[in-house]
Amino acid sequence: MKKHNKYSSEQLAWLIRRHGIEMTHLSGGSHLGAILSVADIMGVLYAEVLKFDPEVTDWDARDRFILSKGHAGASVYAALAESGFFPVEELKTHYQNGSRLSGHVSHHLPGVDLSTGSLGHGLSVGTGMAYALKKDGKDARVFVVLGDGECNEGSVWEAALFANHFRLNNLIAIIDHNHMQSLDFNENTLEIEDFGAKWRAFGWNVIEVNGNNHAELKVALESITENDTLNKPTVIIANTIKGYGVGFMQNDILWHYRFPHDGWEYDMAVSELHANKPEGVIDPYTPAGIENPQIASESDDIFNDHTFSKTWHPSYPEQMRRVEATPGSCEREHPIQSNK
Amino acid sequence: MRDTFVKTLVKLAKENKNIELVTGDLGFGVLKPFWEECPDQFTNAGIAEQNMTAVAAGMALEGKIVFTYSIGNFPTLRCLEQIRNDCAYHKANVKVVCVGGGFVYGSLGMSHHATEDIAILRALPDVAVICPADLVEAEEAVKAIVDYPGTVYLRLGRGGEKRIHESIPDFKIGKAIKVQDGSKVAIFSTGAIFEEVTGANDILKQNGIIPAIYTFPSVKPIDSDVIKHCAQEFDYIITCEEHNITGGFGSAVAEVLSGLAPKAKLVKIGLNDTYSTKVGSQKYLRAQYGISDKDIAKTIIDLVK
Repeated sequence: MKKHNKYSSEQLAWLIRRHGIEMTHLSGGSHLGAILSVADIMGVLYAEVLKFDPEVTDWDARDRFILSKGHAGASVYAALAESGFFPVEELKTHYQNGSRLSGHVSHHLPGVDLSTGSLGHGLSVGTGMAYALKKDGKDARVFVVLGDGECNEGSVWEAALFANHFRLNNLIAIIDHNHMQSLDFNENTLEIEDFGAKWRAFGWNVIEVNGNNHAELKVALESITENDTLNKPTVIIANTIKGYGVGFMQNDILWHYRFPHDGWEYDMAVSELHANKPEGVIDPYTPAGIENPQIASESDDIFNDHTFSKTWHPSYPEQMRRVEATPGSCEREHPIQSNK
Repeated sequence: MRDTFVKTLVKLAKENKNIELVTGDLGFGVLKPFWEECPDQFTNAGIAEQNMTAVAAGMALEGKIVFTYSIGNFPTLRCLEQIRNDCAYHKANVKVVCVGGGFVYGSLGMSHHATEDIAILRALPDVAVICPADLVEAEEAVKAIVDYPGTVYLRLGRGGEKRIHESIPDFKIGKAIKVQDGSKVAIFSTGAIFEEVTGANDILKQNGIIPAIYTFPSVKPIDSDVIKHCAQEFDYIITCEEHNITGGFGSAVAEVLSGLAPKAKLVKIGLNDTYSTKVGSQKYLRAQYGISDKDIAKTIIDLVK
């Protein structure tokens, strides 16, 4: 696969995580859990897959990219800045008065094809782009990154029908399937499994991978390039962990909205990243890591289950809490035993 | 009116291969000329208006001029956020076409009556709102919006509307059209309710009243010059629309008048902030809800006499 970026996918993903922590820390911004889960997908796309030219942002032959889960905007801002679209320094203005970097993705930035923020739009617009490109005989491809919670939106499935019907094999959807959304796990919100089977039933080429594993992501993306005879759109269901890369944020829904505060939250997050820093990357904020980082104490809110169904006990006759996982762990959620 | 739309669009699409028509699975017997004559520029997106509108935005961002087509509230309210975020905010070249503004689908019931669409679409920045009054305005409007950059809402009647204007030599988006000169009263109308205005004009003539009459095919941008001029020239401005009185065409005129010290008093004729609960034809419902030619004439006679 052609290399497009001065960074490897691992380096870029690390930088996206580091920027994500700093940007939410400085701004009090939300959605860090989603920024961390999608970081590897973004790293692989911007380091090795997408065709683009930061000097000619509307280059006709570029691949189109839409981050449909616009709340993870910091991840695409970081990827674009580190890929040369605008100065890395500008990332610090995220959420600030007068900034171009709104919390949700804005097309008023170079390199952004579509503003998002309301879920369920990106796949349809990407479908329209892919359809027009195909009609015009152009080779560019369209990549759309969606959230799994986003797939609650009916419009996603309208787009799925359309893209299959018109055989848009130039459209690639990647779902950041971190298994959680806003208040809880997907399965405790609107049961979505068997997710792959749903997409297969809609006629799509479905590839399921560990979405925090770069090698698996690359194999999946290469398989689409190599398969010229495919006459379907492809969806890569990238199974990720929400909060991946910062242990105490993993599988803890608290970090969908909470930002890393001064003290142990920020210090532990940055320190853990530094413990896993790839060679050749410079941290622009804390180059040497944090000296004497604060550590969470027993009285701090860490490793607790913040899902809504943990404390919601309705009298509804059917079981509503269906899965759980240990907060702060990397495990997949498991079903709660029940005879219902 | 819809046949005029299709006929005009076929002509334009043959000359401009960038024009695309996407339907939400409607237009049986209506869109056939288009899909037969311009097959490569036609798409049936199925019964999925949100996706249809966002797909149109995506196609427009790739350089197409995309018309979306459906009836009643389906191409507008059903997918309002796609019009707002994906089309208008990106200044995408999408022309949202509704067949059935007002009570066109009278007997089909409230779901099919588009009676708040002007207000709602008008509230979106970077969306032009165009409501042709007759077949001549419809033809001119279609030609004009193809060349008008960005997102446009085109609100059409269905069929049967007359050719009321003889011709419109200089149709421009944002310009009102003077139909006749008059005194004391100026009637402004938008859309197919114009046929009721011409009926009212006949009644008024019998009563010795000759109003000035203007049509406003363009509700947004609106012709504020004509409004300001008439506000000083006449005693009354009467707005007529087949639409809710709240937020629609009359409100758009009121917005221009606010801040002025107009001589003219504004009287708005439209649905009185209500949904229709009655069953009947377009003509019948117009009379039931106080927007028929007789209602318009009576309002004016009561004011003037």
